[in-house]
Amino acid sequence: MAKQPAAVVGVGQTHHRAKREDVSMAGLCREAIDRALLDANLTLDEIDAIVVGKAPDLFEGVMMPELFLADALGAAGKPLLRVHTAGSVGGSTAIVASSLVQAGVHKRVLTVAFEKQSESNAMWALSVPLPFNMPVHAGAGGYFAPHVRSYIRRSEAPTHVGAIVAAKDRQNALKNPYAHLKNPDTTVESVLASQMLWDPIRYDETCPSSDGACALVIVDEDTAAASPNPAWIHGTVMRSEATTAAERDQVNPQASRDAAAVLWKQAGITNPIEEIDAAEIYVPFSWFEPMWLESLGFAEANGGGWRLTESGATAMDGRLPVNCSGGVLSSNPIGASGMLRFGEAALQVRGAAGEHQVDGARRALGHAYGGGSQFFAMWVVGSEKPSN
Amino acid sequence: MRDVAVVGFAQRQMEVFDGSPTCVELLVPLFAECYEQTGWTRRDIGFWCSGSSDYLAGRSFSFVSAVDAIGVIPPVNESHVEMDLAWAMYEAWLKIQTGEVDTALVYAFGKASASVLRRSLALQLDPYTMTPLWPDTVSLAGLQARAGIDAGVWDERAMAEVANRSLTDAEKNEYAIRKGGSSVEELLSRPVYADPLRKHDCSPVTDGAAAIVLAAGDQAREVRDRPAWIEGLAHNIDPISIGTRDLTRAPSAARAAAAVDLDGVELAELHAPFSHQELILRRELGLADDVRVNPSGGALTGNPMFSGGGIRIGEAASRIWSGEVGRAVAHATSGPALQQNLVCVLGSTTEGASN
Repeated sequence: MAKQPAAVVGVGQTHHRAKREDVSMAGLCREAIDRALLDANLTLDEIDAIVVGKAPDLFEGVMMPELFLADALGAAGKPLLRVHTAGSVGGSTAIVASSLVQAGVHKRVLTVAFEKQSESNAMWALSVPLPFNMPVHAGAGGYFAPHVRSYIRRSEAPTHVGAIVAAKDRQNALKNPYAHLKNPDTTVESVLASQMLWDPIRYDETCPSSDGACALVIVDEDTAAASPNPAWIHGTVMRSEATTAAERDQVNPQASRDAAAVLWKQAGITNPIEEIDAAEIYVPFSWFEPMWLESLGFAEANGGGWRLTESGATAMDGRLPVNCSGGVLSSNPIGASGMLRFGEAALQVRGAAGEHQVDGARRALGHAYGGGSQFFAMWVVGSEKPSN
Repeated sequence: MRDVAVVGFAQRQMEVFDGSPTCVELLVPLFAECYEQTGWTRRDIGFWCSGSSDYLAGRSFSFVSAVDAIGVIPPVNESHVEMDLAWAMYEAWLKIQTGEVDTALVYAFGKASASVLRRSLALQLDPYTMTPLWPDTVSLAGLQARAGIDAGVWDERAMAEVANRSLTDAEKNEYAIRKGGSSVEELLSRPVYADPLRKHDCSPVTDGAAAIVLAAGDQAREVRDRPAWIEGLAHNIDPISIGTRDLTRAPSAARAAAAVDLDGVELAELHAPFSHQELILRRELGLADDVRVNPSGGALTGNPMFSGGGIRIGEAASRIWSGEVGRAVAHATSGPALQQNLVCVLGSTTEGASN
């Protein structure tokens, strides 16, 4: 049996901030949900099922918060699923919501992902010492810095490439009304002058810690017919590998490469850089842009990625605009960050991205990763219904 | 819809698991049992999905370690729900329905003994209005049991009858951690624990894990002579608020049941962590008096967190495989006082094709 066609017809997100003290967790989610439903021209009553995603419950100190949120999310009397796949969760959640439609089980599905990181200290929530496990000490940056160093060594990258990414994404964020960080003065020079945190990652090359949520409305073919600009789902993929293994390549993980290969095949794409018009890639630390460009097949391994970034190809007016929304580097409510990538990709192909719209974007990539670069979720959305 | 069946099941239940809260050591032998039952290796599994809770493990990302039990090199198509095994199975069933994969292995685990479970579960409540009062799970269930008694919907004798039958049936279940029936009178003479609940009215704190294997069409037929075909699978949730719910009812269980066809069901495995909850579920599912309930002994005799619901599906499936029954319903619950409910109808033929 073939998958049923499914499309995104509503995208909503919150104004992401370090502390959204004006709203509860429920209020945060509803801010995104209400915008998504308005965009989709649907009401909660018309929604068949709800899929909730977020990263670890320790971030908010509530065990399985979807249980207490069920009523506020409009899920009471409906099926509700809760996904948690680490940093990739926003993407995985959107994929599970898609599968409800693609399986023919439901026609109109609402999915929401959130994180209210100000409820706790995310860096230390990630750093609980575990017996017999490699310590993550001092949050994700400390964990990923050796991978970045390895990439720089392997690819002989000039050390300012990370700063190019950070300056670009912060400038892009100025065009996104929802972005958390709004630093108009950020330049390559200012990034390079910022404090070194985890060599070679400087302060301005790291993502913020945000409160925020993202919601999508995903519907079947009949419902999508009423939408002026559905974003059709052309392919979805999830892949996982181990945290620790001698043969792992953390810089360019096999799970990432496998996922990309499956995704491009599903979407009928043979030359990603030519056929993808905009990409929203999960880049929590600047250097992950060139690293993922290579892993995803947009550029040759061991150097093609940084050359693409350095050439300006990933800028808003470049050959492959990457993270026109400002990306994770400008807004990072962890559980929602993946769904923001997926949602921003949908906005691009719907021509609804506002000031950060890429002209004529027809196919876009949404990408998320999590854990120790080991969980991957990706989708391709397009302005036209897929032929496959 | 595609015909999808439960073709493998393995479980462990114990009072205290002497191992890590991520239960990797417990999962490895469970997967081995699943491979033995199916004749497959891990390379034959199209999709993996697990269920667990970080709060039970006392850490973030506890499921990340659990994937090590699979051996995820080369990488696998995998997901995780912060829910019971039954919902992990639901996600896998969806994945098979999309046509993307034909087989799945789902698993779940939890070491409830690592904390004071009834207090940990209080962290599931509304953090703004309820959790600060720390109403624990057993106390909330006690309020629910009292509401039913006061309303005349059930009485302590009916609750003791459920417990006595469960403890008696558990004598035949090697995995049950509490077993041995006596008599309703003897049970009623025992002291109350959280009035009106006695200890035997409450599921025991249980460590454990379980795994279920799903396969579509001919792949299911190759594994088993009588696969347990999933004829219906639905779930639903109610608001959490204890104060606004009629605690003698579980509307989400009724709605899940209404979404499937329960006609001709001979056996029910109901996930009722408290004795009176079985009485609520029988009513909400509209089960006839001659339906055999919880021949495994049910959750009152062993209820590992995050696999206790899925184990009901495995227990029901194993009685389809054996030819003991032709049609069965399994149920799973989550959240305080039966807030969230899932029903799964299993049959020995594909005639009642899934809907």
